[in-house]
Amino acid sequence: MAEPGASRTPPDLDISARDALADLLRSVADDEFVIGFWDSEWTGIAPMLEEDVATSSIAQDEIGHARALYELLATLTDDDADRIAFGRDADAYRHAALLDHARGDWAFSVARRWLYETADAVRLAALARSSWEPLAQLAGKMRREETYHRMHADVWLRRLSDAGPEVRQRLIDALTRLWPDAQAVFVPLAGEDQLLRHGLLPEPMGALHATWQAEVGPILALVVPDLPAAAPSIDGRTRHSDDFRWLHGQFTLVARSEVGATW
Amino acid sequence: MVSAATHGARERRAWDALAQIPDPEIPAISLVDLGVIGDVSIDEEGRIAHVELLPTFVGCPAIEVMRHRIGERLTELGIADRVEVKVSFATPWTSERISEAGRERLRRSGFAPPVMTGGDGLDQLAVLPIAECPYCGSRNTTLDNPFGPTLCRAIYHCADCRQPFEQFKRV
Repeated sequence: MAEPGASRTPPDLDISARDALADLLRSVADDEFVIGFWDSEWTGIAPMLEEDVATSSIAQDEIGHARALYELLATLTDDDADRIAFGRDADAYRHAALLDHARGDWAFSVARRWLYETADAVRLAALARSSWEPLAQLAGKMRREETYHRMHADVWLRRLSDAGPEVRQRLIDALTRLWPDAQAVFVPLAGEDQLLRHGLLPEPMGALHATWQAEVGPILALVVPDLPAAAPSIDGRTRHSDDFRWLHGQFTLVARSEVGATW
Repeated sequence: MVSAATHGARERRAWDALAQIPDPEIPAISLVDLGVIGDVSIDEEGRIAHVELLPTFVGCPAIEVMRHRIGERLTELGIADRVEVKVSFATPWTSERISEAGRERLRRSGFAPPVMTGGDGLDQLAVLPIAECPYCGSRNTTLDNPFGPTLCRAIYHCADCRQPFEQFKRV
């Protein structure tokens, strides 16, 4: 076994590669963090008690994953995980446009969760092969937990698509509206060539995007027959909506109320 | 000069002490039986005790409580001048790490232990809802919710003794 603490910081990386790795971590962590907070909005008001428990538990998982990723990011940037999570302006977050929408109704949340879980699974499978061991190990562990999220999303996608015309229509509307922004999970990163050269990211985002589309396309076609072709938009992780600004105001509320407080 | 025997004895004392610390969320089982202690190593001079903590779930809110209790307990015992607890995913915690004694303690306190299927893979087949009722032993049980009161617990119902129960999730 390696010495405790060894290889936390990737060895022999120049600054530009380290910055690219930090960008990658920030994007994944922000995705998990923001979807976790949107999910937590269902606590107490989900359509049924079982879903109150399920969405709250999934939200706790996602925010926990974000925390572990922010801690890795903090070792790279010599920062503090809490400050990264709660101390940034809304514009500095790098979550995908898919996660920029407000919670919406239950069909909208199910549609988003399914699109996100399927995309996240493809991304995590790649990160589990990263040359940076702490990231590969964390991704490996996260994948085991995400199996349950994926199962939950699959069950609900199927249930709503079979639940009668109004429910099915709401699901179709949600998938249609979210589809272009879902591509943004795979926006190429600025320093991606550096990540690929060092094996930090084993496959380009473009290839992961193609893998995801090939996987979800046939399933989506059963629900929405005429989804248009879509590709990640270049500003898919940088433009943010008023919905997200509202959420940001909510999740930073406690941290802002007493800056630097410890507990 | 400290002999190798003393060095090993120190680590054994540490393991014994950790076996007395209950899991914060399911106090029936100890941290050692739960399998969350990956490794304990103490240098020959007894300067630093390194404890590797393997969380059951990445987002488990009890991690900090465990870390604190481990540090507190080993410091009290005077096993080393300093105790460092490091959270690690190098060996991912899986439900296969729960000891046989731990599985029995879970059962006795009303928790179905996770299904053992062997192997490292975790796909949708591996998390098929199978649980044995901890009260009557029946397998005539249904999964009510794969998500429960904590990240590591699922909720079941036994059709034979009509008792709801929780299962420690396979992960």
